[in-house]
Amino acid sequence: MINFFLNEENVQIDCDPSFRLLDILRDKFQLMGPKEGCGEGECGACAVIIDGKLINSCLVAMGSLNNSKVITIEGYSKTDRYKVLERTFAEAGAVQCGFCTPGMIMAAEALLSVNANPTVEDIREAISGNLCRCTGYNMIINAIKLAAEQGVGLW
Amino acid sequence: MHKISQPVIKKDHIEKMSGDAKYIADIKIDDILHAKILRSTKAHARIVEIKIPKLEDGYYIVDYKDIPGENVLKVVTSEQPIFAEEEVNFIGEAILLVAGKDEARVQEIIHSIEVVYEEEKAIYTLEDATEFTSEYGYKKGEAEKAFEHAAKVIEETFDTGYQEQAYIEPQGVIGYLQDNKVTILGSMQCPYYVKAAVVQVMGYEENQVQIIQTTTGGGFGGKEDYPSMLGCQVAIATAKIKKPIRLILNRREDMAVTPKRHPAHLVYRAALDKENNIIGMDVEIKLDGGAYAGLSSVVLQRSLITATGVYLIPNIKIHGKVMTTNTVPNGAFRGFGAPQSLFAIETFMVHLANKIGLTPLEFKEKYLYKQGDITATSGKLQFPVKLPEMLHNIEDMSLYKRKKEQYTNQSGRYRKGIGMAFFLHGCGFTGSAERDLIKSVVKLVKHEDNTLEILSSNTDIGQGLKTTLCKVVAEVLEIPLSQVKFINPDTDRVPNSGPTVASRSLMIVGKLLERAAKRLRDNWILNKYQVIEEHYKQPYMIPWDSNTFSGDAYPTYSWGINVVEVEVDTMLATTNLLGVWGVYDVGTVIDQTIMKGQMEGGMLQGLGYASMEKMENLEGVIRQASITDYTIPTAKDTIPFETACIDNPYEDGPFGAKGAGELTILGTAPAYIEAVEQAVGIGINCIPLTPEKLLKLEKGGFQL
Repeated sequence: MINFFLNEENVQIDCDPSFRLLDILRDKFQLMGPKEGCGEGECGACAVIIDGKLINSCLVAMGSLNNSKVITIEGYSKTDRYKVLERTFAEAGAVQCGFCTPGMIMAAEALLSVNANPTVEDIREAISGNLCRCTGYNMIINAIKLAAEQGVGLW
Repeated sequence: MHKISQPVIKKDHIEKMSGDAKYIADIKIDDILHAKILRSTKAHARIVEIKIPKLEDGYYIVDYKDIPGENVLKVVTSEQPIFAEEEVNFIGEAILLVAGKDEARVQEIIHSIEVVYEEEKAIYTLEDATEFTSEYGYKKGEAEKAFEHAAKVIEETFDTGYQEQAYIEPQGVIGYLQDNKVTILGSMQCPYYVKAAVVQVMGYEENQVQIIQTTTGGGFGGKEDYPSMLGCQVAIATAKIKKPIRLILNRREDMAVTPKRHPAHLVYRAALDKENNIIGMDVEIKLDGGAYAGLSSVVLQRSLITATGVYLIPNIKIHGKVMTTNTVPNGAFRGFGAPQSLFAIETFMVHLANKIGLTPLEFKEKYLYKQGDITATSGKLQFPVKLPEMLHNIEDMSLYKRKKEQYTNQSGRYRKGIGMAFFLHGCGFTGSAERDLIKSVVKLVKHEDNTLEILSSNTDIGQGLKTTLCKVVAEVLEIPLSQVKFINPDTDRVPNSGPTVASRSLMIVGKLLERAAKRLRDNWILNKYQVIEEHYKQPYMIPWDSNTFSGDAYPTYSWGINVVEVEVDTMLATTNLLGVWGVYDVGTVIDQTIMKGQMEGGMLQGLGYASMEKMENLEGVIRQASITDYTIPTAKDTIPFETACIDNPYEDGPFGAKGAGELTILGTAPAYIEAVEQAVGIGINCIPLTPEKLLKLEKGGFQL
């Protein structure tokens, strides 16, 4: 039995410890926010936050999770921090096809939670593991910068 | 600024942000079977025998023998089989489908099937190819005479590589059967293309096939034709097995088997008179079509029509072919044949300027199109061409002229360079195809609660079409945007307003909706259900003759200029961007933020095409068939871009809008190459220019 915290709820699951967290999130918990873009840890569409760190859930074996705190977009979207990002991503035009967006939001949170006032270069580094083919990134970078400015005190 | 250009929150912003938007892989259906495709491992072979192990209950094989209609994929013509019968023509060609409850078990079955092949001679490269699927040519003036009388003839060849769309959502569909009718859901650009293909394969009536687009995670052309293939495969399987079926490609499969931008070989010859004026140009283009024609003939048409770029050349002769190779069929990718030609003509013009001792800009400016000019295809530029204003703007933004001069004669390890490219994009389908083939129809529905719904088969694939089309309607009727909705098309509900391709959706379909909204405004009855239907009407054009390629090739053109500034580390042959600028004419901008997204995204795709997106086939195998091996730009590979649009409303677009999506990818590749050339002092005639390639050129290349 694997015990962990999913969006702040204590959950247990009995599964092969080699199963991928991404599949468990999508198939067992019906959390469809994390997406499979490549399945080999290159695109970041499946990114979630585990114990405060941005991690591609397609590369996480369930067995490695014991007692970890996993946050997906579904949990995060209930927070005040998310509301700021929702607004600034709209303002900056940071969402096109949307497939990379949940992972991108996770990357933004992982950055802002340790660096509430990032430079543009910090943001580039923080989202460099999340591919976006639509926007060319600058509008996403602007959105995260705006969120840091508008969300003073939240992070 | 026009009122309509004011940015709004996109219609689908909230659901995409929160992860609630349902892409194809997010749709769960009870008792669905997973399908996988057994694919050819040979580039050209006869299938002698297929050894299938005995399958347990609940697992199924589907192949060509299960096809009730024709075993052929309907694209422009119909020639590629849905499942191979006796022969395979490329590595990755579908042979059969396996479906069953457990995905891992389906994969095991695929691995356990043995196909016995008898190999035949295969052709892998454009160089070796002799057969072709299409050929076109056209002339303006008297090119032969110009070359006879030329004081000098200069010839260069150009090569461009594959480019993979790399939409982040892999392709996939789900199919199910209900009351003798097949329904296909999927990630796609063109629901009615999928429908026509499924109808032909199944031999069904129109009303027995329903196609529903699911929220689509990027397309860029890559989801124009291939969803028809997946839709057919699943339709056949679901009709046989009578259970819902899911076929979603994994990334490696998607990259190995779906169409890409055509590799091209282009030969340009210029005839110059004694004063070094261009009096004639002769262009020969070969595209690598892969094993089946697909959309290639139409891609070639655009390559040829765009061959002389934005320049008025008096005498031209343009000719090209799509060559057949035993490789994955190529198809649509943003720009659709134009990026290859524009890279070549822009680079050729720079090289000609260098040879005759003018700056590239001085030389190009002598030939820039103006309103009223006769186009390459003997059409006429009816509408204002604002290149001089755009040039003025981009010069102010980039200081191109000063830097161009400043960066001559550099030495040392780190050297800078700057380049500028001009380009145009014909908006919509070629010639009269909108009138004769597409025949778009839209409906605007007013419900009893006075909310409106757009019924159109065009798809929002990230480019913001849901928002821009709703804005057009809301603006005409002067009602809040929230009162107009546009949900993902379902062919049972929406008329065929054509495919989402060719930078046509906002300009053509938006215009129909603008007209529909005006009619509704004039006939508005409160609290009553009303439906307004609009049909396409062709604006005035010089008639297009598709045999001679003469007349107005497109109803209008969008225009652009890009400047790219770089610094090259000549020891490591790595390049850093220092500046990227773009000025565009897309008529009226319907939403400034959405347009900015098109510019930023398109320009970076163009830079990827020029610099890092290397894909090769080695004896028919795509060597970079993963996101790990095929590198698209990350956030660390780019810098802030500066972009602007000039205002140039077009009377036959909604509120003056023209096409915008494809235009934005066209210019950064040639501008980047001119910049690197200036930095290193070596002529470059190929893309992608990776550091490895640049190192080789530095050793063996020619001096500018």
